Formats: sequence, C-alpha cells, structure tokens
Amino acid sequence: MTDTAIHIEIQITLNGDPRRVPIGWTIAQLVSEIGLDPKKVAVERNLEIIPRSTLAQVELRDGDVLEIVHFVGGG
Amino acid sequence: MSNNDSWTVAGRTFTSRLIVGTGKYKDFEQNATALVASGAEIITVAVRRVNVSDSKAPMLTDFIDPKKYTYLPNTAGCFTADEAIRTLRLAREAGGWDLVKLEVLGEAKTLYPDMRETLKATEVLAKEGFLPMVYCVDDPIAAKQLEEAGAVAVMPLGAPIGSGLGIQNRVTIRLIVEGASVPVLVDAGVGTASDAAVAMELGCEGVLMNTAIAEAKDPVRMARAMKLAVAAGREAYLAGRMGRRMYADPSSPLAGLI
Repeated sequence: MTDTAIHIEIQITLNGDPRRVPIGWTIAQLVSEIGLDPKKVAVERNLEIIPRSTLAQVELRDGDVLEIVHFVGGG
Repeated sequence: MSNNDSWTVAGRTFTSRLIVGTGKYKDFEQNATALVASGAEIITVAVRRVNVSDSKAPMLTDFIDPKKYTYLPNTAGCFTADEAIRTLRLAREAGGWDLVKLEVLGEAKTLYPDMRETLKATEVLAKEGFLPMVYCVDDPIAAKQLEEAGAVAVMPLGAPIGSGLGIQNRVTIRLIVEGASVPVLVDAGVGTASDAAVAMELGCEGVLMNTAIAEAKDPVRMARAMKLAVAAGREAYLAGRMGRRMYADPSSPLAGLI
C-alpha cells in the first residue's frame, strides 16, 4: 500500500464483496454509479440503516460494510 | 351474495381474501398475469441484495405496481429474531411500508416456525411501529401469545411451506379462529382449490399462498381457481353449513308415496 491510490481510494465491502471507491464519495454517488434507482433500494451501513433522504450527505469511510437491498419475488 | 364482504387488518380494508406470493414463477410476466387472475390485492415480497453487477436486470416493481398492490415484505429465510427485524427495517426503508409478514424459521427441512424467536421479533417490531402479520404454528396458545405481543394478524400454517399437503389439522385452525380477536389467515400448505375453500369454511379471514399457484401446470388458471375457491369457501362459511348426520335423511317427502 505504498502507491498513491491509497490517497484517492478507500476499500469498502458492498453486498459481501470488496470494492474500491474514490475517497469522498457519498452513498448516493455509489448507488448511481452502480446504476440503481435510489427510490427502489434501501441501504444499510455497518448494520445501521441510512435514511434515503440522507444518502447524498453520507460520505463513505474506509472499511464500511454496505448492504443494498430491494424487493424480489417471494412467498 | 354478500357483495360488501370486506375484511380489515390493522385498520386497512381489503375486498380480496386471497394473498399471493411472488416467488417461483417462470418470469415476472407470468407472475403479473396470475396476480390479475387471482384478484389478490396484497402480495408478499422478499428482501434481497441487489445485483451490483447487473443493475439493469428486470425488477419485480417494473411488473407489479407497488401503488396498485399492497406489498407485504416478508422475512423468508430468516432463522433468528434479529435477522428478521433487520430485514424488515430495511424493507420499511426501501418501500415505506409498515404492514409486514414476519416469519422466523426453525429449520430448513420443515421450514417450521421457531415460535420463541417469532414471539421475540413480534414484540420488538410492534414496539418499533411495525404492523406484523405473523406466520406461526397451528397452536391456539401460541396464536394468543402472538396477539398479545402485537401481531395484527396470525397466520398459522396448514401444512409445511411449499408442501401442497392441504390443511392437516382443521381442529386447531378452527380453535385459533374462535380464540382470536385479530384476523386469522392460513399461510402455507395449500395445494389446490379445495384446500383454500376449507380454510375459508373454517372461518379464516383469508388465505396466503404461493407455490400452489406458481407450481401449477397452468398458474394463471390456478390463480383463477383459487379466487373462486376462496369466495366459495367464504360464502359457505357465512351461509352456515348443515349439521352432520351419521345416517341418511331423504330429500324427497315420504308422504304421498304411491
């Protein structure tokens, strides 16, 4: 970890998989980068729900564990 | 016919007494067509991780309008109260709905509910403002305890989830109906139309099913059959069935025989 990337990217876990994102990104930026409609998903960070209205304000931190869920068919 | 025979759960009134699941269908299109045929107004849905690598994959909400149907998020696949509570908190954030279906499973083989965890989760959810409709064992005492804990409906199984075996214990379902002051719905075990009719004849407010429709050879036709069966069973219940006799009783008069 001596390259300069350490200064511009952080490491998070998204739905169980590791992912690197630019430093300073908000959750809303990540959601739109993935191509999701923020109105159709819910986000949990480190076991805490992040209200949809605040997604654009909440900055990602190194080591964050994120779960992004939506509704699928079920009984 | 009683045309205004609606039912109410947690202050919300519905005309259809059939709740259908949205799992196991060939595709979303078939699911949506079967839903229309069933006449259901409430559908159960599961909460799962989004596909991060393919966000353009079709979504349930594109085929079944959440503004037109009441989405009832479930906790299928949860084996502890904590998992179920976590799932429903996410569901509330994703959809904004507080009417939910709680199920906490005890083991994968039978998918029988773990009532200790179910009761714990019901209490917490009710305190957090959720309106939990709760999947449970067909035990009149457990049903009462759930009601005391804040369940807005109790939903005993007729038989194991996905088994299609039909209602195995009519006596306990009837005892739950008689003892409950919240709606009772048979959830799980229905295999064919007559099973749904039996549930309604026992006095249940409604029936919840998924596999019986989704795994029928013709799901859309079975959805229609279930709609008719639920209506027929309800009518029979309201009409009040004849008493049972041990022996025959002729329908034609005995007087005036030649």
